Amino acid sequence: MSVPTNHEEHIDSETGKLGMWIFLFTELWLFGGLFLVYAIFRAKYSADFHTGAAELNAFIGTVNTVVLLVSSMTVAMALTAVQKGDRRLALFLVFLTLVLAAVFMVNKYFEWAHKFEYNLFPGSEVLKNLPRGELLFFGLYYMMTGLHALHVIIGMILLSVNIVKIRSGAVNSERYLMLENSALYWHLVDLIWIFLFPLLYLIT
Amino acid sequence: MKHEEKHISSYSSLAIILVVLLSLTAVSVWVTGFHFGSLAVVIALVIASIKVRTVITYFMHLKFESRIMKLMVTGVFGLYALVIIITFVDYYFR
Repeated sequence: MSVPTNHEEHIDSETGKLGMWIFLFTELWLFGGLFLVYAIFRAKYSADFHTGAAELNAFIGTVNTVVLLVSSMTVAMALTAVQKGDRRLALFLVFLTLVLAAVFMVNKYFEWAHKFEYNLFPGSEVLKNLPRGELLFFGLYYMMTGLHALHVIIGMILLSVNIVKIRSGAVNSERYLMLENSALYWHLVDLIWIFLFPLLYLIT
Repeated sequence: MKHEEKHISSYSSLAIILVVLLSLTAVSVWVTGFHFGSLAVVIALVIASIKVRTVITYFMHLKFESRIMKLMVTGVFGLYALVIIITFVDYYFR
Protein backbone atom coordinates (compact mmCIF):
# COMPACT_ATOMS: atom_id res chain seq x y z
CA MET A 1 0.00 0.00 0.00
CA SER A 2 1.31 3.39 -0.88
CA VAL A 3 0.95 6.02 1.78
CA PRO A 4 -1.46 8.77 0.82
CA THR A 5 -1.18 12.20 2.38
CA ASN A 6 -4.61 11.95 3.90
CA HIS A 7 -5.43 8.38 4.75
CA GLU A 8 -9.14 8.77 5.39
CA GLU A 9 -9.77 10.63 2.17
CA HIS A 10 -7.89 8.00 0.22
CA ILE A 11 -10.07 5.19 1.63
CA ASP A 12 -13.17 7.26 1.01
CA SER A 13 -12.57 7.83 -2.67
CA GLU A 14 -11.32 4.30 -3.47
CA THR A 15 -14.25 2.51 -1.87
CA GLY A 16 -16.70 5.14 -3.06
CA LYS A 17 -15.62 4.54 -6.62
CA LEU A 18 -15.69 0.77 -6.13
CA GLY A 19 -19.26 1.05 -4.89
CA MET A 20 -20.19 3.13 -7.93
CA TRP A 21 -18.72 0.52 -10.26
CA ILE A 22 -20.69 -2.23 -8.52
CA PHE A 23 -23.85 -0.19 -9.03
CA LEU A 24 -22.91 0.30 -12.69
CA PHE A 25 -22.62 -3.50 -13.03
CA THR A 26 -26.26 -3.85 -11.98
CA GLU A 27 -27.14 -1.27 -14.62
CA LEU A 28 -25.19 -3.24 -17.21
CA TRP A 29 -27.25 -6.34 -16.39
CA LEU A 30 -30.50 -4.39 -16.44
CA PHE A 31 -29.85 -3.29 -20.02
CA GLY A 32 -27.94 -6.47 -20.83
CA GLY A 33 -31.09 -8.52 -20.22
CA LEU A 34 -33.01 -6.32 -22.63
CA PHE A 35 -30.24 -6.59 -25.23
CA LEU A 36 -30.43 -10.34 -24.96
CA VAL A 37 -34.22 -10.37 -25.41
CA TYR A 38 -33.77 -8.07 -28.40
CA ALA A 39 -31.07 -10.28 -29.91
CA ILE A 40 -33.11 -13.47 -29.66
CA PHE A 41 -36.29 -11.94 -31.07
CA ARG A 42 -34.28 -10.33 -33.82
CA ALA A 43 -32.94 -13.74 -34.78
CA LYS A 44 -36.46 -15.17 -34.64
CA TYR A 45 -38.29 -12.40 -36.53
CA SER A 46 -35.48 -10.91 -38.61
CA ALA A 47 -37.75 -9.75 -41.47
CA ASP A 48 -40.14 -7.91 -39.11
CA PHE A 49 -37.28 -6.33 -37.21
CA HIS A 50 -35.83 -5.19 -40.52
CA THR A 51 -39.11 -3.43 -41.40
CA GLY A 52 -39.39 -1.95 -37.92
CA ALA A 53 -35.82 -0.63 -37.87
CA ALA A 54 -36.35 0.97 -41.29
CA GLU A 55 -39.04 3.16 -39.66
CA LEU A 56 -36.49 4.71 -37.32
CA ASN A 57 -34.70 7.90 -38.23
CA ALA A 58 -31.03 6.93 -38.48
CA PHE A 59 -30.07 10.59 -38.85
CA ILE A 60 -31.49 11.60 -35.45
CA GLY A 61 -29.90 8.48 -34.01
CA THR A 62 -26.49 9.47 -35.39
CA VAL A 63 -26.84 13.07 -34.16
CA ASN A 64 -27.71 11.82 -30.69
CA THR A 65 -24.72 9.47 -30.72
CA VAL A 66 -22.41 12.38 -31.51
CA VAL A 67 -24.09 14.53 -28.84
CA LEU A 68 -23.61 11.86 -26.17
CA LEU A 69 -20.00 11.17 -27.14
CA VAL A 70 -19.14 14.88 -26.96
CA SER A 71 -20.95 15.19 -23.61
CA SER A 72 -18.95 12.23 -22.32
CA MET A 73 -15.77 14.10 -23.17
CA THR A 74 -16.93 17.38 -21.60
CA VAL A 75 -17.78 15.66 -18.31
CA ALA A 76 -14.39 13.90 -18.31
CA MET A 77 -12.76 17.28 -18.95
CA ALA A 78 -14.80 18.81 -16.12
CA LEU A 79 -13.24 16.26 -13.77
CA THR A 80 -9.78 17.23 -15.03
CA ALA A 81 -10.62 20.91 -14.46
CA VAL A 82 -11.78 20.23 -10.89
CA GLN A 83 -8.67 18.16 -10.18
CA LYS A 84 -6.53 21.03 -11.47
CA GLY A 85 -8.51 23.47 -9.34
CA ASP A 86 -9.96 25.41 -12.27
CA ARG A 87 -13.45 26.04 -10.91
CA ARG A 88 -14.73 28.33 -13.64
CA LEU A 89 -13.80 25.94 -16.41
CA ALA A 90 -15.23 22.99 -14.45
CA LEU A 91 -18.54 24.80 -14.02
CA PHE A 92 -18.64 25.67 -17.70
CA LEU A 93 -17.89 22.08 -18.75
CA VAL A 94 -20.49 20.52 -16.46
CA PHE A 95 -23.00 23.09 -17.70
CA LEU A 96 -22.07 22.24 -21.30
CA THR A 97 -22.64 18.54 -20.54
CA LEU A 98 -26.06 19.44 -19.15
CA VAL A 99 -26.90 21.41 -22.31
CA LEU A 100 -25.84 18.48 -24.50
CA ALA A 101 -27.99 16.14 -22.40
CA ALA A 102 -30.91 18.50 -22.97
CA VAL A 103 -30.22 18.48 -26.73
CA PHE A 104 -30.34 14.69 -26.62
CA MET A 105 -33.71 14.75 -24.86
CA VAL A 106 -35.15 17.33 -27.29
CA ASN A 107 -34.10 15.12 -30.22
CA LYS A 108 -35.69 12.15 -28.47
CA TYR A 109 -38.87 14.15 -28.02
CA PHE A 110 -39.06 14.97 -31.73
CA GLU A 111 -38.31 11.38 -32.63
CA TRP A 112 -41.03 9.97 -30.39
CA ALA A 113 -43.53 12.72 -31.29
CA HIS A 114 -43.05 11.84 -34.95
CA LYS A 115 -43.84 8.17 -34.21
CA PHE A 116 -46.87 9.14 -32.15
CA GLU A 117 -48.22 11.09 -35.13
CA TYR A 118 -48.38 7.81 -37.02
CA ASN A 119 -50.05 6.23 -34.00
CA LEU A 120 -47.00 4.15 -33.32
CA PHE A 121 -47.03 4.28 -29.55
CA PRO A 122 -47.30 1.54 -26.96
CA GLY A 123 -50.84 0.25 -26.74
CA SER A 124 -52.11 1.95 -29.92
CA GLU A 125 -54.46 0.11 -32.28
CA VAL A 126 -52.04 0.53 -35.18
CA LEU A 127 -49.24 -1.05 -33.19
CA LYS A 128 -51.43 -3.90 -31.94
CA ASN A 129 -52.35 -4.86 -35.50
CA LEU A 130 -48.77 -4.99 -36.73
CA PRO A 131 -47.16 -8.38 -37.36
CA ARG A 132 -45.89 -9.99 -34.16
CA GLY A 133 -42.21 -9.29 -34.90
CA GLU A 134 -42.79 -5.59 -35.56
CA LEU A 135 -44.86 -5.31 -32.41
CA LEU A 136 -41.95 -6.83 -30.49
CA PHE A 137 -39.51 -4.49 -32.19
CA PHE A 138 -41.44 -1.36 -31.25
CA GLY A 139 -42.11 -2.69 -27.76
CA LEU A 140 -38.39 -3.20 -27.23
CA TYR A 141 -37.58 0.10 -28.91
CA TYR A 142 -39.81 2.05 -26.52
CA MET A 143 -38.70 0.04 -23.51
CA MET A 144 -34.97 0.38 -24.19
CA THR A 145 -34.88 3.99 -25.37
CA GLY A 146 -37.37 4.95 -22.64
CA LEU A 147 -35.31 3.35 -19.91
CA HIS A 148 -32.23 4.98 -21.38
CA ALA A 149 -33.96 8.39 -21.49
CA LEU A 150 -34.85 7.93 -17.81
CA HIS A 151 -31.16 7.44 -17.14
CA VAL A 152 -30.37 10.61 -19.08
CA ILE A 153 -32.82 12.53 -16.85
CA ILE A 154 -31.26 11.07 -13.69
CA GLY A 155 -27.84 11.98 -15.08
CA MET A 156 -29.03 15.54 -15.68
CA ILE A 157 -30.20 15.80 -12.07
CA LEU A 158 -26.81 14.51 -10.87
CA LEU A 159 -24.98 17.01 -13.08
CA SER A 160 -27.12 19.86 -11.72
CA VAL A 161 -26.28 18.84 -8.15
CA ASN A 162 -22.62 18.90 -9.15
CA ILE A 163 -22.92 22.45 -10.48
CA VAL A 164 -24.28 23.55 -7.08
CA LYS A 165 -21.55 21.63 -5.23
CA ILE A 166 -18.71 22.97 -7.37
CA ARG A 167 -20.09 26.48 -6.86
CA SER A 168 -20.31 26.10 -3.10
CA GLY A 169 -16.87 24.51 -2.98
CA ALA A 170 -18.12 21.18 -1.62
CA VAL A 171 -16.59 19.62 -4.73
CA ASN A 172 -13.01 20.87 -5.03
CA SER A 173 -9.55 19.78 -6.12
CA GLU A 174 -9.16 17.79 -2.86
CA ARG A 175 -12.60 16.15 -2.72
CA TYR A 176 -14.24 15.38 -6.02
CA LEU A 177 -15.71 11.89 -5.56
CA MET A 178 -19.21 13.22 -6.18
CA LEU A 179 -18.23 14.56 -9.59
CA GLU A 180 -16.14 11.47 -10.34
CA ASN A 181 -19.04 9.11 -9.66
CA SER A 182 -21.53 11.30 -11.50
CA ALA A 183 -19.15 11.30 -14.46
CA LEU A 184 -18.95 7.49 -14.28
CA TYR A 185 -22.75 7.37 -14.34
CA TRP A 186 -22.85 9.72 -17.29
CA HIS A 187 -20.32 7.59 -19.17
CA LEU A 188 -22.53 4.56 -18.54
CA VAL A 189 -25.44 6.39 -20.17
CA ASP A 190 -23.12 6.90 -23.13
CA LEU A 191 -22.02 3.25 -23.12
CA ILE A 192 -25.58 1.97 -23.26
CA TRP A 193 -26.36 4.28 -26.15
CA ILE A 194 -23.26 3.05 -28.00
CA PHE A 195 -24.91 -0.39 -28.09
CA LEU A 196 -28.49 0.82 -28.56
CA PHE A 197 -27.61 2.94 -31.58
CA PRO A 198 -26.34 0.20 -33.92
CA LEU A 199 -28.84 -2.37 -32.60
CA LEU A 200 -31.91 -0.21 -33.20
CA TYR A 201 -31.00 2.28 -35.89
CA LEU A 202 -28.22 0.86 -38.02
CA ILE A 203 -28.84 -2.86 -38.41
CA THR A 204 -31.67 -2.86 -40.89
CA MET B 1 -1.32 -1.43 -4.94
CA LYS B 2 1.20 0.15 -7.21
CA HIS B 3 -0.75 2.63 -9.22
CA GLU B 4 -0.48 6.34 -9.60
CA GLU B 5 -2.16 8.01 -6.69
CA LYS B 6 -3.68 10.79 -8.72
CA HIS B 7 -3.64 10.52 -12.47
CA ILE B 8 -5.22 13.50 -14.15
CA SER B 9 -6.25 13.01 -17.78
CA SER B 10 -5.06 15.88 -19.95
CA TYR B 11 -7.55 17.87 -22.01
CA SER B 12 -5.74 17.00 -25.23
CA SER B 13 -5.79 13.24 -24.58
CA LEU B 14 -9.54 13.39 -23.89
CA ALA B 15 -10.06 15.33 -27.11
CA ILE B 16 -8.07 12.71 -29.04
CA ILE B 17 -10.26 9.95 -27.57
CA LEU B 18 -13.35 11.84 -28.74
CA VAL B 19 -11.95 12.06 -32.27
CA VAL B 20 -11.31 8.29 -32.21
CA LEU B 21 -14.86 7.62 -30.99
CA LEU B 22 -16.41 9.90 -33.61
CA SER B 23 -14.34 8.24 -36.34
CA LEU B 24 -15.54 4.80 -35.22
CA THR B 25 -19.13 6.08 -35.27
CA ALA B 26 -18.60 7.36 -38.81
CA VAL B 27 -17.22 3.97 -39.83
CA SER B 28 -20.19 2.08 -38.37
CA VAL B 29 -22.66 4.39 -40.15
CA TRP B 30 -20.67 4.10 -43.38
CA VAL B 31 -20.46 0.30 -43.17
CA THR B 32 -24.24 -0.10 -42.86
CA GLY B 33 -24.51 1.66 -46.23
CA PHE B 34 -23.37 -1.60 -47.83
CA HIS B 35 -25.85 -4.37 -47.36
CA PHE B 36 -23.71 -7.04 -45.82
CA GLY B 37 -26.71 -8.84 -44.36
CA SER B 38 -26.03 -10.71 -41.16
CA LEU B 39 -22.36 -9.77 -41.35
CA ALA B 40 -23.40 -6.13 -40.79
CA VAL B 41 -24.66 -7.11 -37.32
CA VAL B 42 -21.29 -8.58 -36.46
CA ILE B 43 -19.37 -5.57 -37.81
CA ALA B 44 -21.64 -3.07 -36.02
CA LEU B 45 -21.29 -4.91 -32.72
CA VAL B 46 -17.52 -5.28 -33.05
CA ILE B 47 -17.21 -1.51 -33.64
CA ALA B 48 -19.57 -0.83 -30.70
CA SER B 49 -17.44 -3.07 -28.48
CA ILE B 50 -14.26 -1.21 -29.45
CA LYS B 51 -16.02 2.09 -28.66
CA VAL B 52 -17.23 0.82 -25.29
CA ARG B 53 -13.76 -0.41 -24.45
CA THR B 54 -12.28 2.97 -25.36
CA VAL B 55 -14.82 4.86 -23.23
CA ILE B 56 -14.21 2.59 -20.22
CA THR B 57 -10.41 2.71 -20.55
CA TYR B 58 -9.97 6.46 -21.00
CA PHE B 59 -13.14 8.42 -20.20
CA MET B 60 -13.99 6.19 -17.25
CA HIS B 61 -10.35 6.19 -16.32
CA LEU B 62 -10.10 2.43 -15.77
CA LYS B 63 -6.59 2.33 -17.22
CA PHE B 64 -5.37 4.24 -14.16
CA GLU B 65 -7.40 2.42 -11.52
CA SER B 66 -6.30 -0.29 -9.13
CA ARG B 67 -5.93 -3.87 -10.29
CA ILE B 68 -8.99 -5.08 -8.34
CA MET B 69 -11.14 -2.57 -10.22
CA LYS B 70 -9.81 -3.73 -13.59
CA LEU B 71 -10.35 -7.35 -12.61
CA MET B 72 -13.96 -6.69 -11.58
CA VAL B 73 -14.88 -4.80 -14.72
CA THR B 74 -13.23 -7.37 -17.00
CA GLY B 75 -14.90 -10.17 -15.03
CA VAL B 76 -18.40 -8.72 -15.23
CA PHE B 77 -18.15 -7.94 -18.94
CA GLY B 78 -16.68 -11.38 -19.54
CA LEU B 79 -19.55 -12.97 -17.65
CA TYR B 80 -22.04 -11.03 -19.76
CA ALA B 81 -20.32 -12.17 -22.96
CA LEU B 82 -20.57 -15.74 -21.67
CA VAL B 83 -24.30 -15.37 -21.01
CA ILE B 84 -24.81 -14.11 -24.58
CA ILE B 85 -22.82 -17.01 -26.03
CA ILE B 86 -24.60 -19.65 -23.93
CA THR B 87 -28.03 -18.18 -24.76
CA PHE B 88 -27.30 -18.23 -28.48
CA VAL B 89 -25.86 -21.72 -28.39
CA ASP B 90 -29.05 -22.78 -26.64
CA TYR B 91 -31.20 -20.92 -29.17
CA TYR B 92 -29.55 -22.35 -32.28
CA PHE B 93 -29.04 -25.92 -31.11
CA ARG B 94 -32.19 -26.69 -29.22
